[in-house]
Amino acid sequence: MSGASHRLPTGGRVQRGETIEFEFEGRRLAGLRGDTLASALLANGVTLVGRSFKYHRPRGFLAAGVEEPNALMTLGNGARTTPNVQATVTELRSGLIARCQNAWPSVNFDLKAVLGGFAPLLGAGFYYKTFMGPRRGSWMFYEPFIRRAAGLGRAQHKSDPDRYETRHAHADVLVIGAGPAGLAAAAAAASGGAHVVLVEQDFVPGGSLLGTPATSAHEKWRLKLVAAAQAQPTLELLLRTTALGVYDGNMVALLERHDHASCDASRGEAREVVVTLRTRSIIYATGALEQPLLFGDNDRPGVMLASAARTYLNRYAVAAGRRAVVATNNDSAWHTALDLAAAGIPVTLLDQRTTADAALREGAAKAGINIHWQARPLRALGGKAVTGVLAALESGGREQRFDCDLLCMSGGWMPAAHLTTHTGRKLIHSVGIDAFMPAGLDAGHFMAGAVSGHFALSAALIEAVTAGAAAAAWAGRPAASLPPTHLPVPDQACGFEPAGAPPLRAGSKAFVDFQNDVTLNDLIAAHDEGYESVEHLKRYTTLGMGTDQGKTSNINAIRQMNLLRSTSAAETTTFRPPYVPVSVGALVGRAIGRHFRPIRRSPLHDWHVANGGVLIEAGPWLRAWYYRWAGNSAAEAYRQEMRVVRTAVGVADVSSLGKIDIQGPDAAEFLNRIYVNGFAALAPGKARYGVMLNDDASVLDDGTTACLAPHRYFMTTTTAQAGEVMSWLEFLLQTAWTDLAVQVVSVTDQWVGMSLAGPKARVALELALPGIDCSDASVPYMSVRELEYEGMPLRLLRLSFSGELAYELYVPADHGVALWERLLARAAPLGIKPYGLEALASLRIEKGHVAGLELDHRNTLDDLGLGKMASRDKPYIGRELRGRPELQAPERWSLVGLECLEAAQRLRGGAILFADGEPQVGHGRGYITSVTWSTELDKYIALGLYQGGLKHVGETVNCAYPLKNESVRARLVSPLFIDKEGARLRV
Amino acid sequence: MLIIPCPHCGARDYTEFRYGGDASRPRPAHGTGTVNEWHDYVFVFDNPKGIHREYWQHVQGCRQWLVVERNTATNELSRAQLAREATRT
Repeated sequence: MSGASHRLPTGGRVQRGETIEFEFEGRRLAGLRGDTLASALLANGVTLVGRSFKYHRPRGFLAAGVEEPNALMTLGNGARTTPNVQATVTELRSGLIARCQNAWPSVNFDLKAVLGGFAPLLGAGFYYKTFMGPRRGSWMFYEPFIRRAAGLGRAQHKSDPDRYETRHAHADVLVIGAGPAGLAAAAAAASGGAHVVLVEQDFVPGGSLLGTPATSAHEKWRLKLVAAAQAQPTLELLLRTTALGVYDGNMVALLERHDHASCDASRGEAREVVVTLRTRSIIYATGALEQPLLFGDNDRPGVMLASAARTYLNRYAVAAGRRAVVATNNDSAWHTALDLAAAGIPVTLLDQRTTADAALREGAAKAGINIHWQARPLRALGGKAVTGVLAALESGGREQRFDCDLLCMSGGWMPAAHLTTHTGRKLIHSVGIDAFMPAGLDAGHFMAGAVSGHFALSAALIEAVTAGAAAAAWAGRPAASLPPTHLPVPDQACGFEPAGAPPLRAGSKAFVDFQNDVTLNDLIAAHDEGYESVEHLKRYTTLGMGTDQGKTSNINAIRQMNLLRSTSAAETTTFRPPYVPVSVGALVGRAIGRHFRPIRRSPLHDWHVANGGVLIEAGPWLRAWYYRWAGNSAAEAYRQEMRVVRTAVGVADVSSLGKIDIQGPDAAEFLNRIYVNGFAALAPGKARYGVMLNDDASVLDDGTTACLAPHRYFMTTTTAQAGEVMSWLEFLLQTAWTDLAVQVVSVTDQWVGMSLAGPKARVALELALPGIDCSDASVPYMSVRELEYEGMPLRLLRLSFSGELAYELYVPADHGVALWERLLARAAPLGIKPYGLEALASLRIEKGHVAGLELDHRNTLDDLGLGKMASRDKPYIGRELRGRPELQAPERWSLVGLECLEAAQRLRGGAILFADGEPQVGHGRGYITSVTWSTELDKYIALGLYQGGLKHVGETVNCAYPLKNESVRARLVSPLFIDKEGARLRV
Repeated sequence: MLIIPCPHCGARDYTEFRYGGDASRPRPAHGTGTVNEWHDYVFVFDNPKGIHREYWQHVQGCRQWLVVERNTATNELSRAQLAREATRT
């Protein structure tokens, strides 16, 4: 194990007694408790940590926090591999395994770096120009290679073994960011008893104060602020928690990370939790992000943001270099220079301005810092590590080279105002900081500190206490006592001068977007080609479209484009959630596998499972697909089950059908309005098949409604449309037809339904329920009887879906298994068997009954051959629009039957129908909706829709199925394949 | 996201509701209305910026259809009434 060559002997906020071992690129390294992966690597002298996206240029750490564009790593191995994780926000933990990305064979020797030599070819718009040209096919050929060469880390395909959760939470006041402003605002807001949630993405509270020396007055103040916040009993401080997005209704999505604790999924510990927080008010205390300077080769490892170098130095006691140059256009970087010098590192300071804050100047002189005014970096020197900088001094009057292995830069600060725009608000350009800040906030939203452009600590503190009090008052829990607003530490100097256009050198690249490899030349190219607006610029160059969402590039790009356009009209692109990358697992939470969505089960479910039923998902339902008694595969079993129904008797579970109890003096009128056919005269004891339309005349659903008694009806709907129909009936009764005295209630879950079908169905019923008169005279076709049998309420309907003599039996859910088992046991001598969904659906195809596949909300009554059902004597929903000429056109696609003409072939659902002899291109003249093997006809048959429909009966069509490169000949026939007279129904 | 104040159940998350479309125009009385009137009712909608009257059903609660007034620009809800009691203002 190599020693921590760059760790300072004293200082920092790391725990020196606690060594943590980890692995980087196969090397065993050690860091300290309190390190990030980035600080631990820097402590070990590792500065080359990745290759860039497009040009494969060597890259090091640019930042020390969430804005890092370069140091993306792949963590973990096997199923726990996580790509594209920022090393700068990864808390070091024992056993951490990290690898670099986008480099082969290694980050130190990357063959693809030769791409950099072809850089002029790879500029902005390269992909589009090269691959979207006249020969678009070439893009299809090149794309996989390009994606492999230009890419981030790779995801793996194993199932993630970690556990993720989602939870809901509520707060009076949410404070986002626990820097000095956030801490003070939260304490103020909580002082009157408001429930305050203070979230901080870091694992230590303090924000910018963590960049100050550990022995400074600022550190003492930080500890005091933290203690004051934690002393509030109603204040909840959530560390390692990032606000991802702000939504309407003051809903905020938070991401809690628990990675540091090695979460054990088997003990229910979640790796990440997405919190949906509802809050009364919000305080944004999100701080600001330092921006890079633009100069040649500003991406060399060892070139970093000045505040990052200061953070590594003071928070982690890591010297990011042994000889430093600090280049700046503002006062803040002077603190970095002073602290580096205090740590014994020789510092040269290049300030583009003519002066700086007096105290800073005095301090720098005392520290022996070599200061150059009106000085700007032209170009960083070195390859895999920076070795120096070529600078223009005296306003470009002369050039000088400075040796260094650490080049700190500061181009000013951009308020981290991203979250404030998520509800649709815009940012405005602030001249004083040449950056964007919130123009205004939603009602109940407040801000404090650097996010509002107040970079001075004194101003931030006053604003924080004011915001805390206002937010608490807004939430209805006014603050009781406010913290002092007098700053107890030296203030931060905030002098700033816009960087202007950089003096560019030919032959070197000035990177604007480090993650997506967008250079200043790309911006110039975009401008030359007319892509000037920030939205065009973004899409043309891919600027800001990386996982960092341009946190260190957007503002520089806008500044430079404005200079190119000689305008000050400033706009940003839209910042969208999430603020930081979030794993899909965390968004999904526990909604995986069987928890993906609720599953509905029949009361007979356990019986099916215990008795050879093979299950299939049908919408939200798990239904018996087929039973093992009939075969070991669906293809084998359903045919056997069909034969039993056609020759003897079978019983199927139809509990998933929608069941609606309809009552009231106007119930008959109500049914008469919603069904196309007449229901006004349906007498007690009678059932009727009905079809209902949508207002636009497309078919909504079909089903049977039985009249149990005057004013009392029992409606069944298809499984698929049960919810839709229920809502529709409620809509009509509660909005348009409030004058009708009718109540509707869903009783789908209250009743078990079973279909008893086959020529021996009546005998089976008589065996199972002795004493009940089941004769045709007593229970004729389309009738209903409401019975009680041995204490069991029973609704017996005589109707048929299969075309055989059949009954539907409904009993309360608790009696389901008893009746089901009784039928099977008592009718066993008849050969009764259970049959599943596949056979159920196949039997109806033989009988030409439409079902869900035909009822797709696009077909009309006439399309489905049901036009004659519609009453001419009464109004019904959909009647008016059904008359539209387009819906009556004779060449509409309408229902037909198909018989397969090729013995060795089969028909397939979805096949496209073409007339015999016509070329098989385009959308054809129709398609197949439902297919089955017919055990009666000994061939494949199908239902489908065909242009002109039944006019073409007898013609031959080709059923094309391009996915399998098949074309099968079939004959158009009537959809009624069996028992055309219905003789089997009425025995 | 949206919180809908259900007159029966109180303030609830919008995920408990289903959206039911424009509530600003009355449905033609049953059995009346020309094809054109029905066409306009079914297919033609305004897309206002500002207050929009719309139907929502509390499907995972009291099952009641509500008329909600929502500002389409801000998503602010100014009113929620039972549809059967809704008054037009």
